[in-house]
Amino acid sequence: MNINEYNGVWVYAEQRDGELQKIGLELLGKAREIADGINEELTAVLLGNNMDDTAKELLAYGADKVIYVEDEKLTHFTTDAFTEAICSLVESEKPGMMLVGATYLGRDLGPRIAARIGTGLTADCTALATEEETGHLMMTRPAFGGNLMATIMCTEHRPQMATVRPGVFDMIAKDESRVDASKIDKRTTTFSDTVDRIKVIEVVKELKDTVDLTEAEFIVSGGRGVGSAENFKQLEELAHALGGTVSGSRATIDNGWLAHDLQVGQTGKTVRPLVYVACGISGAIQHLAGMQDSDYIIAINKDADAPIHGVADLSLVGDLNKLVPEFTAQLRAMNK
Amino acid sequence: MFPIDQYKKMGEIGLLGLPFGTEYEGAGGDYLSYILAVEEISKVDASVGISYSVQTSLNMSAISTYGSEDQKKKYLPDLCTGRKIGSFGLTEPGAGTDAAGVRTVAVKDGDNYILNGQKCFITNSPIADTFVIFAMTDRSKGTKGLSAFIVEKAFPGISIGKIEDKMGIRSAQVGEIIMEDCVVPAENLMGKEGKGFGIAMKTLDGGRIGVAAQALGIAEGAMDHTIAYMKERKQFGRAIHKFQYLQFRMADMKAKIEQARYLVYKAAMDKNNGKPYAESAALAKMVASDCAMEVTTNCVQMHGGYGFIKDYPVERMMRDSKITQIYEGTNEVMRMVISGNMFR
Amino acid sequence: MNIVVCVKQVPDTNEVKIDPVKGTLIRDGVPSIINPDDKNAIEEALRLKDKHGANVTVITMGPPQAEVALKEAIAMGADDAILISDRAFAGSDTLATSRTLAGAITKLDFDIVMAGRQAIDGDTAQVGPGIAESLNLPQVTYVENVEFDGKNLKIRKALEDGYEVLEVQTPCLLTAIDSLNEPRYMQMKNIFTAYDKEVIMWNASDIDVNPEHLGLKGSPTKVKKTWTKETKGSGEIVELPAKEAAAVAISKLKEKHYI
Repeated sequence: MNINEYNGVWVYAEQRDGELQKIGLELLGKAREIADGINEELTAVLLGNNMDDTAKELLAYGADKVIYVEDEKLTHFTTDAFTEAICSLVESEKPGMMLVGATYLGRDLGPRIAARIGTGLTADCTALATEEETGHLMMTRPAFGGNLMATIMCTEHRPQMATVRPGVFDMIAKDESRVDASKIDKRTTTFSDTVDRIKVIEVVKELKDTVDLTEAEFIVSGGRGVGSAENFKQLEELAHALGGTVSGSRATIDNGWLAHDLQVGQTGKTVRPLVYVACGISGAIQHLAGMQDSDYIIAINKDADAPIHGVADLSLVGDLNKLVPEFTAQLRAMNK
Repeated sequence: MFPIDQYKKMGEIGLLGLPFGTEYEGAGGDYLSYILAVEEISKVDASVGISYSVQTSLNMSAISTYGSEDQKKKYLPDLCTGRKIGSFGLTEPGAGTDAAGVRTVAVKDGDNYILNGQKCFITNSPIADTFVIFAMTDRSKGTKGLSAFIVEKAFPGISIGKIEDKMGIRSAQVGEIIMEDCVVPAENLMGKEGKGFGIAMKTLDGGRIGVAAQALGIAEGAMDHTIAYMKERKQFGRAIHKFQYLQFRMADMKAKIEQARYLVYKAAMDKNNGKPYAESAALAKMVASDCAMEVTTNCVQMHGGYGFIKDYPVERMMRDSKITQIYEGTNEVMRMVISGNMFR
Repeated sequence: MNIVVCVKQVPDTNEVKIDPVKGTLIRDGVPSIINPDDKNAIEEALRLKDKHGANVTVITMGPPQAEVALKEAIAMGADDAILISDRAFAGSDTLATSRTLAGAITKLDFDIVMAGRQAIDGDTAQVGPGIAESLNLPQVTYVENVEFDGKNLKIRKALEDGYEVLEVQTPCLLTAIDSLNEPRYMQMKNIFTAYDKEVIMWNASDIDVNPEHLGLKGSPTKVKKTWTKETKGSGEIVELPAKEAAAVAISKLKEKHYI
């Protein structure tokens, strides 16, 4: 493989039943920065059917060029058809890098493409950069349950591939003036028989409401300092704004403010969410045992000496009755 | 609350039938493997540990050792797999270790025996389907008049009396068995009439290894919890396991546990190898249960105030330990067994 | 029917701690377990075996001590176990690993190859699809239900916001997630068999793979550097009016990409 033949940054623009997924735009945002840094072209790759408008949208979000492959067989995602279509593009166009969303579909498609081409793929990256001297992609990801971070490179194979989780990068502002129909390279493709190995019988959308504390990514937890069952409403609103759920220390459960299965601690559940907001929890050892492995801990407590601050990444010292509603309000304003 | 679902699962995966042959749906293991399983279970829950030990080393061992082939085929598969739960009824208000005092009587009536009497402190009785019951077929002969029967819960005339409210092993189900003209088919007599005393005493020897393993498990479980706690708990600016006095106390506990372990495994090996094991079982039970009591008491101490509250498991383990010094022969009786052998 | 299940022995990452002084991972005393998703794969294979009859072979690539994981799978009910182990495999990334495993599986008869979605030490989810590619099999990842009518498989594949039902012909490769089933515990009698059962040992020369594709040499990705995340000490303390304090919290969450 002569890696010098390969250049340009590709972003796979994931669509689900004709609907462009936000992850593709987030990837374009980061890829724009990378492409500018190494002076290469940024191409969005879209596979679908009747999606000409979406192709234009990708230009507005930062792509220099869109390769849009249209086929009925690309309406709904299947591993075989999508892998074939992309691999034949890679073979003819020789991109230097390719970014794919680490979604359920992207994590199915990405490794299949990488294996077919025989190149490297780094999964679930949380940071991407290029090496100054060489322009090689430096892909950083967590391992060992988030205990270890690793920077991975793929210096001798192309394209350098990475998947990235939704929400890691920001999309750039939409700019309609970038849309230029001549930048859309619309193509057709041919498929082998293997794409019929799997038949899609049914696609069902359903919202999964997870009340399982141990699975929650955001937890807002209250302690004795919350004061009453009534006051827990503020915490629920904050949890809602974060897209998470509430829990409590033993005191809140013993006082009947919360249901039993929402207790965190030695006698309750052990949780490790991304973000744990501890409100009015002093941080007794039996509570800490259940939450200290959370990724990021915010403690809200008026007592600056409370032990909870010892495990918190961020301590907000003050009245939770003021802080929590303010936190909620600002989150809501931001989500709008 | 006895975790009946988990207990049934123990049957499904083959724990209850561990030392019995695969022809009876057992796992085909040996007695030591079974003893290791009781130890492991008791590290977490001594109540399940004793239910397991009573079913396997008393009820099922008795049937497996003294039952006829027909009896084994009929009863062991259901017991091995947990489809049925087993219990062992010897103790009565007037007869504990002193089996000659059994007042339950069995009177032959055609093809049946009619049993009348009352058993107490019977582990598993409220949840059991299959009982091994000891009754006098001839009271004039004393212990030589004692016989053993397999009694099903479905037989007419058997019922469960009071369920005990206990200091420890609180989820284990322990209660009375009441037999009022209970009709037991003659084919359910184990061995011959008058062989009951030998069956009871030999079976209890094996059961004591189970209790010893339970005690060992409790001690180890408490020590594990305490080690974890000592690494977490800070006083005077450092984790309390950094204090040498506490370290040394833990070392002493470890030594006690290892002493008990070798005696427990030795007794199980003796039984495996077909050697006499009454004495090694008594030694194991005495040392392991005393060890459990001492270690758990110290573990509560190591936890300080937290050791005394129910958020931490060591206070339960301390309460659970006490009974291991008492049941299946008190430790005083163990000393009788041991010294009896010395001065024979 | 023949089912091959790919498993990995992993350190229980829940038990991996960080040395607060050196900032390195403490792996001493961390128990090794069968990767959780792989256990779901084993369970599903055993369920197919219970229902339709099948020979279940578990296979792993790893150091000699990974034999323990295979013995556990036998104790769960697997029929055969293969350990592929060779110094030549050292440094394998996901591509080299999948090619190595495929090179072994291709020597076996199989109708279904199963794997866990991903391993808890690497979390990549790439080896399953990589094996499928090397063996030219159709793949379904994130499998949460399997129905088999004796000929075709009807698979429910999980998605972020629902699921799809797929009809798949055999041979194929499936990757299991934890909602697929509840893995059974080892059976006591199988534990005793596991002691007697020989694990088949294969090295690089026993499998059908291009030597150029093995180990470090066959791995396009290279680890440039690793580091542990900063350990938790007392974090930042903010004592500000509510408005500003909340703004600080939000900016921190954004900065760390939590929101």
